[in-house]
Amino acid sequence: MSRAGMRAYDPPMLVQLSHPARTIEVKGPKKVKELLRELNLVVEAHLVIKGDDLVTEDEMLYDGDHIEIRPVISGG
Amino acid sequence: MNCTKCKTKAVIGLPRHNAAFCKGCFNGFVHDQVARAIKSEKMFGKDDRLLVAVSGGKDSLALWDILLKLGYKADALYVNLGIGAYSEQSLAKVTKFAQAAAASHGATLHLHKVEQEAGAGIKELAQLIHRPTCSTCGTIKRYQFNRVAIEEHYDVMATGHNLDDEAARLLGNVLHWQEEYLDKQGPSLPASVEGFAKKVKPLYRLSERELAAYAVLNRIDYIVEECPMAKGSKMLQYKEVLNRLETESPGTKQTFYWGFLEKQSKKQPTATTMTEKDRAVLHPCTSCNQPTTAEVCSYCKMMARAKTAIPR
Repeated sequence: MSRAGMRAYDPPMLVQLSHPARTIEVKGPKKVKELLRELNLVVEAHLVIKGDDLVTEDEMLYDGDHIEIRPVISGG
Repeated sequence: MNCTKCKTKAVIGLPRHNAAFCKGCFNGFVHDQVARAIKSEKMFGKDDRLLVAVSGGKDSLALWDILLKLGYKADALYVNLGIGAYSEQSLAKVTKFAQAAAASHGATLHLHKVEQEAGAGIKELAQLIHRPTCSTCGTIKRYQFNRVAIEEHYDVMATGHNLDDEAARLLGNVLHWQEEYLDKQGPSLPASVEGFAKKVKPLYRLSERELAAYAVLNRIDYIVEECPMAKGSKMLQYKEVLNRLETESPGTKQTFYWGFLEKQSKKQPTATTMTEKDRAVLHPCTSCNQPTTAEVCSYCKMMARAKTAIPR
């Protein structure tokens, strides 16, 4: 059985966003770069964190994953 | 995506270098970039005493971490601006890093509280003296960092300005043709006159995203929230535009800023020109002795206005 199939009854992916702080639900599976594109977020201005780890743009995200999209820009 | 160097699973892709790195190789890349900046711009040596300006944000804490790991003698100064919960949280992050990471290298954290000297936090102070908050903040930070560097006999003052900061500032200066500011946009400014510390920006080869990644990967707990005073600032707008360009055409920011530095180095072969210019216009402030172009420096003028506006 595929990974997506095994997770058919999992809760949706939870994505934590900033400015303003909020959490949204997203349907997986989805690549990191697709998630950023759908949210209209620029890759160069964000990091995507899964658990405690950074993930690259080609990584696949699944239902049940807890994701943080962290903006990296400061006023400086 | 695999690491360009060791072929294990990558944690970050760097399109501007056409590379991807695992944690270990990424740390090596970051340290190399800083070492290269220090050497090529003749910033400082292993015997120099450095004062790092820290805010609790990713750039300055990453800078302090990198300099200590590279074996430099680096202490830090935090200026408490008194912006409510934001300043409390940022101070907590700085103190935590100082105790958990910097102390084991023998490094010290200096603290300065704006309210103690000015009688009010930055926001109230700016309102009382009728000046924009960010410019009031800039004047105070520049003054206090320089004061501590001189008084405590540090050889060099280092700030966490990164590639994005410098490219955005350059864009702003070019858009408004503020050519007079371009001379001071280099990553290494000499101690041109007595009373001015040498100022360097060892992170100018690294992007904001790379520094945030360094902080996350190395478990450096920094303040993610934006300074509430900086919301809607021009700098943020310039950074946003540059990041859109960078995403479409990787390398845009470095081509813009590093290209500018290369042109400047040809136009202005040594730091002598800047030193000569500074010596011609700067003299000690009659109130505090820090160098200024006026009779009384802008910091002392600000404090004088604050004293009349704030009842003690």
